[in-house]
Amino acid sequence: MFESEFMRLAFAAGCAVGLLAPAVGFFLVQRRMSLVGDGIGHITFAGVAAGLLLGVAPLATALGAAVAGAVALEWLRSKRQAVGDQALALVFYTGIAAGVVIVSAAGALNVDLFAFLFGSILTVTWTDLWVVVGLAAGGLTVLALLYRALSGVVLDEEGARVAGVPVGMLNVTVAALAGVTIAVSMRIVGVLMIAALMALPVIAASRIAWSLRSTILLAMAIGVGSVLVGLTVAYYGDLAPGGAIVLVAAGAFVAASGVRSLRHA
Amino acid sequence: MPLAVELRGVTFGYRRGQPVLEQVDLAIEQGQFVAIAGPNGGGKTTLVRIALGLLEPADGTALLFGEPALGFSRRATIGYLAQRSQLGVEAPATVREVVSAGRLATSGLIGPLRRRDRAIVGESIARVGLEALAERPLRTLSGGQQQRAFIAKALAAEPSLLVLDEPTAGVDVGAQETLAVLLDRLHRDLRVTILYISHEFGAVERFVERLVLVRGGILFDGSPHDLPGAWHDPSHVHV
Repeated sequence: MFESEFMRLAFAAGCAVGLLAPAVGFFLVQRRMSLVGDGIGHITFAGVAAGLLLGVAPLATALGAAVAGAVALEWLRSKRQAVGDQALALVFYTGIAAGVVIVSAAGALNVDLFAFLFGSILTVTWTDLWVVVGLAAGGLTVLALLYRALSGVVLDEEGARVAGVPVGMLNVTVAALAGVTIAVSMRIVGVLMIAALMALPVIAASRIAWSLRSTILLAMAIGVGSVLVGLTVAYYGDLAPGGAIVLVAAGAFVAASGVRSLRHA
Repeated sequence: MPLAVELRGVTFGYRRGQPVLEQVDLAIEQGQFVAIAGPNGGGKTTLVRIALGLLEPADGTALLFGEPALGFSRRATIGYLAQRSQLGVEAPATVREVVSAGRLATSGLIGPLRRRDRAIVGESIARVGLEALAERPLRTLSGGQQQRAFIAKALAAEPSLLVLDEPTAGVDVGAQETLAVLLDRLHRDLRVTILYISHEFGAVERFVERLVLVRGGILFDGSPHDLPGAWHDPSHVHV
């Protein structure tokens, strides 16, 4: 499997994605915003479409759209411009509709759209790899530095606000990191399924973890494990890697739930 | 010495023409233990949010330790326990992780806690009697123990003002009694100003120095001994 360069590239990029996605997703899941990644994924699709229309690298336009969409979503939520999940619905449908309209305007409906939507192990280039690894390393560094502050907001957002902690800035940082994660992960997992890799490993880890720190570390381990196993299955079974990776992550949740039940038996 | 909390002629409404509070005056001295009670929807949480500078009154002035509450410069010295529904009690955090979050505003946002901060976290956990459970996940504790962990988090800020919003909601009667005794001891040991907000006076009534009954305005402000008998259950206050 590793004789092919594309597989080596896919595994390397996949490891970066597998570490970053659950680490960012942890702060969304704990704030009961597990589906936010999906909303941003739909906006990212519009970004990919804009890249195809303009003849620009889709990763660049996707990154811009994802970060802008994530920050807009956080703004709508924090300013209570849209109630409950209405902000998510707005971003969800506007994103996917804009993507379809732009792609059809570009006459690119038959381009390798499936690769962006569901991931493809054939599409990772050396340039992609360096961008993915660089952005993932940057994202993980920001998370490591702000871990204590972001955890404090997760536990008691109102208390942090009263004490003068810049909660808005921290929430926007998480939103922007979510945007970056989705843009860099779309080659491997696809924009429609990356949100699952942000949420499922965290949900699985929280079944068996004993602290916040152990949850995030276990989630990152499950994320990398899901990517490695999922890519292998996708290679040998000639399957879409996004689906395979997410199903492995879902399997990790079932296994973690089993372990938890045995512990409490 | 400036007052801990001062409201002068405060009026506020979430919708135009429908004031939640009208012409409220309130002065709380430093070191007082005050219960602010009233029926749900009576405006007590709104009153406290204005006092803390989280809401801007439509009319009137709100001061915190002599400074305008909205731009209060020493926010890190406010220990706040939010309503239970707003707390991440389901997150898989240990008691120590929760209490450590209380040092966030004073210790800076970046990097791990320093030794002094860790020592204060340990002291705060000990003050609420949870040393033996410090490394246990919060979600494995009882409701009363969880509330004590969040009180320790508020104490970790070394607060000059401790604000507890509905701290006994969802907590059984025995735990409410334990909580009231704990707050009385903390008040006497630390001489911290405590604002205890609840729809009922409950177990704290015998410990507080002052009761403030809120429904659209202040209906009663004085010693618990002077409270009219029918108003000991604030949820049934009708004017």
